[in-house]
Amino acid sequence: MLKVEQLSKRLGDFIISDVSFDVAEGEYFVLLGASGVGKTVLLETITGILTVDSGSIKLNGRDITHEKIQKRDIGLVYQDQALFPHLSVRQNIAYGLKSRSHNRSEINNKVNALAVEVEVTHLLERKPTTLSGGEAQRVALARALAVQPKCLLLDEPLSSLDLGSRSEMRALLRRINRKKITMIHVTHDYEEAISLAMRIGIMENGKIVQVDTPRQIFQHPKSEFVARFIGIRNFFWGELIKNKHSPDKSAEFVTSGLQLSVLTDEEPGEGNVIIRSEDVTVSTEPYSSSARNVFEGTIVDIATARLGIEIIVDIGVEIAALITQDSVNKLGLGYGKKVFVSFKASAVKFIKA
Amino acid sequence: MQIQKRIEPLHLIFAALGGVVLLFFVAPLLNMIFKCSAGQLIETAQDSEVQRSIWLTLFTSMAATLVFSVVAIPFAYILARKNFPFKQLVNGIIDIPIVIPHSAAGIALLGIIAPDTIIGRIGETFGIKFVGGYGGIMVAMAFVSLPFLINSARDGFAAVPERLEKAALNLGAPPMRVFFTISTPLAWRAILSGLILMWARGMSEFGAVIIIAYHPMITPILIYERFGAFGLKYARPVSVLFIGICLLFFVIMRVIATRKNSA
Repeated sequence: MLKVEQLSKRLGDFIISDVSFDVAEGEYFVLLGASGVGKTVLLETITGILTVDSGSIKLNGRDITHEKIQKRDIGLVYQDQALFPHLSVRQNIAYGLKSRSHNRSEINNKVNALAVEVEVTHLLERKPTTLSGGEAQRVALARALAVQPKCLLLDEPLSSLDLGSRSEMRALLRRINRKKITMIHVTHDYEEAISLAMRIGIMENGKIVQVDTPRQIFQHPKSEFVARFIGIRNFFWGELIKNKHSPDKSAEFVTSGLQLSVLTDEEPGEGNVIIRSEDVTVSTEPYSSSARNVFEGTIVDIATARLGIEIIVDIGVEIAALITQDSVNKLGLGYGKKVFVSFKASAVKFIKA
Repeated sequence: MQIQKRIEPLHLIFAALGGVVLLFFVAPLLNMIFKCSAGQLIETAQDSEVQRSIWLTLFTSMAATLVFSVVAIPFAYILARKNFPFKQLVNGIIDIPIVIPHSAAGIALLGIIAPDTIIGRIGETFGIKFVGGYGGIMVAMAFVSLPFLINSARDGFAAVPERLEKAALNLGAPPMRVFFTISTPLAWRAILSGLILMWARGMSEFGAVIIIAYHPMITPILIYERFGAFGLKYARPVSVLFIGICLLFFVIMRVIATRKNSA
């Protein structure tokens, strides 16, 4: 659908070089990278706000590398929304429609429908400066969607929001994507990426170093950036079931026949859990502790990691534990040995999909 | 925490200096006003020559501002947005009318709009009389006052975040629409204040206009003529009347401008 080939651009301190990736129709693609690696520059070249130094951008086979901004059919939601401060919310959303010379009642109907979709109906007559971050983000989204872009680019759409509106916004983004709108979302937050992405592209130093599914990316990192989240070796898909009788926020997570205790604020539903391998303890005897998750399994792999030794234990699923060489020696760990792995419910992080 | 309200002696001295400056501006004006009797003022206001010259001044300065704003405002936009070779030189050229003597500006202008020049002849075929005509008055006023509009509008456009224009383009709006619906409304306060400044400056112009068009007589020239022909006593009421009208219009425009912006 969108195909970026060997794109290069130098802009002051920001350099993107030789970036290639393609995004399928209806896909939710997340570009993940630390700040300052050129993610925004990449988005701006795709929208045409910046010209490219070399390379090409194709949209549905049409070469749009040198197309004018206003003719690209690629929507962009800015990190700071860039709402027009002198226009009302209604006029902001209607702005793009007016360029396409719809008649007045048609524009009104469209604006109203979009306002319902992003839940800003009560704000339509307000000025953007009076909106909260979450409200402004919704308006910016509606404004971009109004012109029915073939592809929607989102620059850190959740970064200016508080925690509560963040999960609402994630749900909204997913809902929009389900309407077959192709999305490219830029973020530095790996949880956000895991939560939304069908595929993730990892950006580092102006290059895309890996493109894959969230699971592959975090289990088999090809870059330093991802490797820093080394604990994310343990990455499981499943369903969260709330424990109604629980006095705290504990819940059960079910994956491949295994049931984990989880502490989470999230509502029940499907999603991923991640458990950092440093949080997983290996012992030869079951012992009582505060860890709610204790499983028996067999060691299937032992490997030297960047820090310490990584032990893979099969407990129904394969789980990685990061321990020291000293522990390996003292416990006499080896292939095929039966061990117990334990980790606290609070070490299990649930990321709702 | 309470902000300390201790008075710094140095600042008292500065404030006193400020008082001297204000007095310097206000005292001559007040002196002039008090030396005019109400009778003189009324008599002057009824003088048809004075009336005609005031209307002429208001009309030509306003027309010059509006006509030249059509070219100046888009130019200011380019100056605010684009970088090009010799941009500093261009900015310098724009300020030339501010720094040169206005009588010299009048002489320079006369050289290219006199009846025997190309521009003079073209003007004549369209019925525009420069030397000794409205066209000449407007050109002279615009020459010396246009920099105020360009500079103010340029600063106004520069303060509009470029991102907003890009966002509008991204929504499919052609550049022309972006200019009229995003850039100009957001820079409007600065553009309007530039228009008012240009108009006020044009209205008070004397040096350049007198070279090009002694007649029809704008008020600053009328004041000068009355002073030369009849003396201070006769020049004074015209001056007071004209200053009063200028200030009145200036205040009205300012009020309209601020009201429109706060709406």
